[in-house]
Amino acid sequence: MNNQQGRGEALTRPYSRKDIGWRLFLKTIIARAYPRLIGQQREVSWLVFDVVMPMLGVIAYVLVYRALNAPEDYIGFVVMGGAMTAFWMNVLWSMSSQLYWEKEQGNLALYIMAPNSMMAILLGMALGGMLATAMRAVAVTLLGSFMFGVTYEVTSYFQLFSVFMLAMAALYGMGMMMASAFLLFGREAWHMANLAQEPIFLASGFYFPIKSLPFWVAAGASIIPLTLGMDAMRQLIFPSGFQFGFMTVRLEIIILAVLSVVFIVTAKVLLAYIEKIAVREGRITESRR
Amino acid sequence: MQTSTSWRSFRMAAWLGWLIESNWTDPFLFAIYSIVKPLSGAAILVIMYGIISGGNFNTPLFPYIYLGNAFYIYVGAVMTGVSWAVVDDREHYKTLKYMYIAPIYIPVYLLGRGVARFITGSIAVFITIVAGVLFLKVPLHWAEINWGLFFVTLILGVVMLALLGLLLAGITLTVARHEGFIGEATAGALYIFSGAVFPLDVLPEWIRPIGYFMPTTYWLELLRRSLVGNVAQAFPTLANFSNLQILGILLGLSIFFGVVSIWVFRYCDSVARERGLIDRTTNY
Repeated sequence: MNNQQGRGEALTRPYSRKDIGWRLFLKTIIARAYPRLIGQQREVSWLVFDVVMPMLGVIAYVLVYRALNAPEDYIGFVVMGGAMTAFWMNVLWSMSSQLYWEKEQGNLALYIMAPNSMMAILLGMALGGMLATAMRAVAVTLLGSFMFGVTYEVTSYFQLFSVFMLAMAALYGMGMMMASAFLLFGREAWHMANLAQEPIFLASGFYFPIKSLPFWVAAGASIIPLTLGMDAMRQLIFPSGFQFGFMTVRLEIIILAVLSVVFIVTAKVLLAYIEKIAVREGRITESRR
Repeated sequence: MQTSTSWRSFRMAAWLGWLIESNWTDPFLFAIYSIVKPLSGAAILVIMYGIISGGNFNTPLFPYIYLGNAFYIYVGAVMTGVSWAVVDDREHYKTLKYMYIAPIYIPVYLLGRGVARFITGSIAVFITIVAGVLFLKVPLHWAEINWGLFFVTLILGVVMLALLGLLLAGITLTVARHEGFIGEATAGALYIFSGAVFPLDVLPEWIRPIGYFMPTTYWLELLRRSLVGNVAQAFPTLANFSNLQILGILLGLSIFFGVVSIWVFRYCDSVARERGLIDRTTNY
């Protein structure tokens, strides 16, 4: 009887509050970030793979340096690069390709129809992905440092924090921007994401100082936020880091700040374009295998 | 099993695999896609080597690393090419159940699906080696290459990798949620334990026996020896073994792993049929 009463009430009660504006925007961000964080609690075994996979690369490259009798700081460069691959893979597969996956599973149309902002959905994905990936990156760093005896000497914690946060803002801004672009690729999206691994590891200097590349190659690769982010962090946490720096840390911070703004604004413009096509032509949300 | 059924399964699977791999774009972009990844992987090692050695590419270690890495492309391509077909057909195209009821022989079908990646892998290996010879002075002299040993080793290795792929395909059939990682994790682990880019002596002593048990260790060693004989033999890991002895070990281990792979696949296949896993999709 009580149950029936309760059900009846739920059906007849008007909305107590309908969130709109910034409140809806914030709630959407939290709602989209939530599964990113909770998902890994539900599938803890994925964490093992997410740590083991980058570690295999780290171990291989460290042993190459060991075979070459390289200075110990290079081992640290590899461990740091291995940890940062987690962020790049997350941006590639869980940000850039995400709208494509959603389309394949039939969720994209629901996202576009829902009264919330697509920008909030992407921001939520970025926030959740960043936090979840940070745990993997920390695990790789700790494991790598422990296995290979890497030591760190931080010269400025403030600059290190600034560089990391700006690199993340710019990187995930780039991911938000690419999410719309990847959607336009259709079937090519998967291959494009697959292609953007080794070439980016090479161009961005994940396993060696970027200064070793020709100047214009390194300058071109700086469009990827991790390039300058890692270069600055290496300068700030390794004793010999400054001698391998591509630019000064201060300049790299400024460029990363500019990249963050440019990527996030471009992401907004591209999203608006995608939504327009989706509504006008009904083509974007169509899944073609 | 009829021979004609096996051949038809293999032939059609190879053609299907090729279309899936290549028809998403135009041939030019596909060619670039197929070679950019492996060349970038090689370039990372070249730069690492160049930084530490000060640009001296004339030491024996460089061809060891370069050739090992180049031929390792086959491991990822062939092994995961076979096992990935299960993920592709079951999760993505949702056609694995139809394959199972079609008049084909499933293990041969899966092996056939690996052919496309073997072809693209071969092109990538060829281009990587040519780039090494032309631009990085990898000491490869056509007249001094032991072609007989090279082709025997290459064919034996590719068959061995395809059978290992079948083993992974069997495991993939019975697993949900981790199936995408299986091939990559195995290939990544073999990269370390096979001494692909560093001599096994660099590994801690207690781990080395794993490397000695892997057929890929001997496969890569023989490929190096057939191409740059004296340079490859300079490393102490397998220096005490002759080419024939290593070929014998490779053959023995390939047969062993081949038998294990077929047995594991049959077992996993029956488990998958029993539990109704053939048409299970997880949307992961």
